[in-house]
Amino acid sequence: MGFLDILYFIVPITISYAAPLIFTAIGGVFSERSGVVNIGLEGLMVMGAFIGILFNLTFAGTFGAWTPWLALLAAMIVSAIFSIMHAVASITFRADQVVSGVAINMLGIAVALFTVKLIFGKGQTDFIQRSIPRFNVPFLEDIPFIGPMFFKGIYGSSILAVLVALLAWFVIYKMPFGLRLRSVGEHPLAADTMGINVTKIRYIAVIISGGLAGIGGAIYSQTMTNDFGHATINGQGFMALAAMIFGKWHPIGAMGAALFFGFAQALAISAPSIEFLKNVPTVYLHILPYVLTILALAGFIGRATAPKASGQPYIKGQR
Amino acid sequence: MSNRVINLLVPVISIILGLIVGAIVMIFSGYDPVTAYIALWNGIFGDAYAIGETIRQISPYILAGLAVAFAFRAGLFNIGVEGQLIVGWFAAAYVGSAFDLPKIIHLPFALIAAALAGALWGLVPGILKAALRVHEVIVTIMMNYIALHVVNALIKTVSGSYKTEKIHETASLRSEFLSNITDYSTLHYGILVALAMVGVMWFLLDKTKTGYELKSVGFNEHASQYAGMNVNRNIVLSMVISGAFAGLAGSMEALGTFGYLANLGGFTGIGFDGIAVALLGANTPLGVIFGASLFGSLKYGAGNMPNEAGVPTEIVSIIIALIIFFVASGYIIRVILNRVNKKKGAK
Repeated sequence: MGFLDILYFIVPITISYAAPLIFTAIGGVFSERSGVVNIGLEGLMVMGAFIGILFNLTFAGTFGAWTPWLALLAAMIVSAIFSIMHAVASITFRADQVVSGVAINMLGIAVALFTVKLIFGKGQTDFIQRSIPRFNVPFLEDIPFIGPMFFKGIYGSSILAVLVALLAWFVIYKMPFGLRLRSVGEHPLAADTMGINVTKIRYIAVIISGGLAGIGGAIYSQTMTNDFGHATINGQGFMALAAMIFGKWHPIGAMGAALFFGFAQALAISAPSIEFLKNVPTVYLHILPYVLTILALAGFIGRATAPKASGQPYIKGQR
Repeated sequence: MSNRVINLLVPVISIILGLIVGAIVMIFSGYDPVTAYIALWNGIFGDAYAIGETIRQISPYILAGLAVAFAFRAGLFNIGVEGQLIVGWFAAAYVGSAFDLPKIIHLPFALIAAALAGALWGLVPGILKAALRVHEVIVTIMMNYIALHVVNALIKTVSGSYKTEKIHETASLRSEFLSNITDYSTLHYGILVALAMVGVMWFLLDKTKTGYELKSVGFNEHASQYAGMNVNRNIVLSMVISGAFAGLAGSMEALGTFGYLANLGGFTGIGFDGIAVALLGANTPLGVIFGASLFGSLKYGAGNMPNEAGVPTEIVSIIIALIIFFVASGYIIRVILNRVNKKKGAK
């Protein structure tokens, strides 16, 4: 394979892997920017992946070609509702946010598998017939070099992911809500003094993160695996968490990091068929995202600093 | 009610709430919670074999719980127990199969290798926290995945197949005596190692200067610094010891239960359940025994539920997650208990 062929082969896989990570990582950005650590992204993604497949299997006959898109919507709603549990625990009940996130992760996979066994009587669901379709973008696909790489056989959900990243940047940096969100995460006492409802903003942020992680999970299950079992998500949520940190809690940065981690995953699965990567043990590619995240946190690749109040419950009247 | 009583009541209420919500979930799913809980009970205490297997399951839970609790006491949250456990499992399985030594050297050597591997995996986040103030939660999560992939690659390199060779008899924790009295279960001497480590943690924390410093750093870093303690050294030390406990938890599986390590498709879950164990046990050595007994029993007994009551085992994972959730939300339980208290006082 020539170098260009490799690119034509790898870039689409990269983007397919990155799309779910982008959604989930941006969900993480919303939550952490408001000061609520969300380790539960993995569990929320699992829930989204499960609901996506379940909806798709149930309603494929009713909605036809619209099914996978409506499944994303259903996954968003269910995961958003599920994330309220994390919000109540960590905002109102002042629970340790990391512990609550761990509980969400355990609960997500347990509830999903319990329901799968209840409905299907076995460990995984049937395969869906209507996965998210690939299509060619008219006109853009004819651009030499770029066209075949980015605009041929692309999932609609990948384009959606880029749009959501841009939208998230606009919301967080150009709208009043975004300013409130960031102030609540940096200095909730000051924000409260200025009349911002800290609790309300944090609730909204966590619920947004739940909804986005749900969409991320449903995209993953409807493009990559096409069924749901115990190993469907298997760490994608934590990788999204890593992408959020590597992207320095910024939506566009998170998108870039998600693309890079998608690239690492794409390389790991396609290395055996690429000439000069054949002899590189895939383990290096598998651990690359995690090692890079540690290095980024340690300050070797530009220092990554969390929002100041992240992880602390806001207690009114406490200095 | 005194504070002490309330501290005891919070976990108890959480367990009861968890079981109640679990029952409600089962009713809504069309299962009979009474049959399900009876099946769970029989799975744990039904016969000598079940009891033996339950105790076997409790041993790694004790060690995983100690690992989380020890780091917690020094103010650190070690989510990386899972990864430290995996590298410990591999180290013990490797040492157990690659060397030919008399039992009196081989078994301790394999245990120490597991502890060292876990300690090494804890050292990285410890140093990063101490030297660069990098938050240990994220680093340990990343270290979990690095452990998973690295160990899977190592299994392939070392043995050439999907699992390591079986450990030699000289490194085994298996015990004919324990197995015989429990109707040929896989119960092994690991439980003694686990209980010994509970003693070690208690002694270390409550009877030594190092333990005093670790706890002091956990309470207030700045005050400890001002009092002349070396905060950074204590942070690294607590992560290393915590990792060693976790590594030993892995050796339970390598030297006792399985005798080898097969390619891991995902995490074992023991490390994450260790968080639940430590949380329920309020991070004390004795509390960890209690928490490990509860969660280890639930986890093993769950295996009996599909056969006897037709309920999927996942219901137990749901209940465990709910218990963590309720313990973590202890603040609200305390508030309610205090209100009830005041009303009683007013009358």
